[in-house]
Amino acid sequence: MQLSKEEEDALDGRYGDTLALAYRVLVAIGNAMDADRLVSISWAHVSGVNYNTIGDAGLTFLEDISKGNAKVRVMTTLNPMGYDPSRVNELNLSDEFIEKQNRIMKAYERLGVIGSYTCIPYEALDATFLPKHGSQVSLAESNAAIYANSILGLLTNKESAISALASALTGKAPYSKLRVQESRSARLCIDVKYDMHTELDYALLGYYAGRFNEDCIAFKGIRQEDIFIFSSATKPYAKANAKALCSALGTSGSAGMFTLNYQETIKERVEFTKHDALKVMDELSNADDGDVIVFGSPQLGLDELSTLLNMLKGRRFKKRCMIFCARSIYSKAKDLGYIDALEKANASVYCDCCSCLTPLISRDDVDSVITNSVKAAYYLRSWNRVGVCLSNMKSIVEAECV
Amino acid sequence: MERLEYRCRGIVKGYAEGYAMLSIKPLNLLTIDYDGIINDHTSSLNGKSIVGKVLIFPNAVGSSVGAYRLYALKVNGKAPKAIVCMKADIITASAAAIASIPLVDMVDCYKDMLNTIIINHNVNVIVDADKGLIQIQLLT
Repeated sequence: MQLSKEEEDALDGRYGDTLALAYRVLVAIGNAMDADRLVSISWAHVSGVNYNTIGDAGLTFLEDISKGNAKVRVMTTLNPMGYDPSRVNELNLSDEFIEKQNRIMKAYERLGVIGSYTCIPYEALDATFLPKHGSQVSLAESNAAIYANSILGLLTNKESAISALASALTGKAPYSKLRVQESRSARLCIDVKYDMHTELDYALLGYYAGRFNEDCIAFKGIRQEDIFIFSSATKPYAKANAKALCSALGTSGSAGMFTLNYQETIKERVEFTKHDALKVMDELSNADDGDVIVFGSPQLGLDELSTLLNMLKGRRFKKRCMIFCARSIYSKAKDLGYIDALEKANASVYCDCCSCLTPLISRDDVDSVITNSVKAAYYLRSWNRVGVCLSNMKSIVEAECV
Repeated sequence: MERLEYRCRGIVKGYAEGYAMLSIKPLNLLTIDYDGIINDHTSSLNGKSIVGKVLIFPNAVGSSVGAYRLYALKVNGKAPKAIVCMKADIITASAAAIASIPLVDMVDCYKDMLNTIIINHNVNVIVDADKGLIQIQLLT
């Protein structure tokens, strides 16, 4: 990879250890992906905020690199952390967890990062802050990277926590793969031969598709208005479908993008049938029922909160229901009366955190969880070690409300 | 002891040798716990330890935070000695870079090496990322 004089100097440590480390990361990635140069980016979204995901080593790493005067060079937003600070008193968390989580937040603040604590920056940020179509960005949260590439027309690879941080600190990323217009076409087309009704169906498709290990995957048989938010005929549930698809695709695979456009000549084709959908269900869902209902990963947006309220029609959840949403969405929902209505329905709404590697769900008091999120299902089973009952939002409401 | 050699591409420099731990499927690094045990019910390595091994997998999938997990393992002395990928990805390359774990990939002869390991099962791997060379030692 060709570096400019200034980039070489930074790599050699002339501008401090943090910047040298950031360039070392970019060079390693650039070499791995055959990039010939670095390009400027205009937005970075960094993951690795939750203490449960990065641990003591991550905390020390962030404190080390934020000690000097290194600052992010571009607008940088943050993924969710481990808990909701405004509800800390009801959350039975250890002092150690809270103290370490807060040190992580402080370290990021010192680097000049915006404390957005959301995995849906595309929805939680005011649209005026989002870079325009065709801009190079660096998004680490996998659902956000796939959403940005596929739906917003931004250009990013499926970044890692570390590569997005390196991009934030340098304002640069290796020019390769999905950053190159010509590489943003699918080599594999998945022919959807399954009746797609709910957000869970899109998530099952996403999880199935991720297994093919492609950078960009085409879907045939999906209607634009069911998934694309900008289509003039967009359905109200399109965003929820898109989020379900993006997050599940990001969980099982390495794909950074999907498209509904493909060449009829595309050679590699597979089908997604009812059988495939059931196989994914079998792999992820191992309980018939649960003690807790979880909505979120990704965090819910305003549309989904409104959809949920419409489904509830004044009914209440029979059991504990945890809803994760972004702080900025919460404020809007509060003004609209959604939050009060959800609390009346026996649901708790948490901000700044999400269900992935959450300390809020423990095997000590939960056997299994009911959720409509494939991403939540995967991590609740593998990390929290609880059982999971996967179902779509509508069926959950019908089964669990009185 | 029989030895087989393969060319590879050095992504993060270094030299290491260790027992081969192979995942046919891609790995989600975030499912490795802080003791180096893989906790992924969808993985063939579920419950296995990667500590001190040469970890071989096609590429990383899933969580972007997996990079921190590999780094934490290194800090705690529980990391794999080296990593061999079919095609190194962003998560693995960035993690290996900050953790200084030798990383190579082998776009051309990954499958040949895989076959050797699968057939012989019990092998040591010597990774020389500086020279771009992998040696497989068949153990009995």
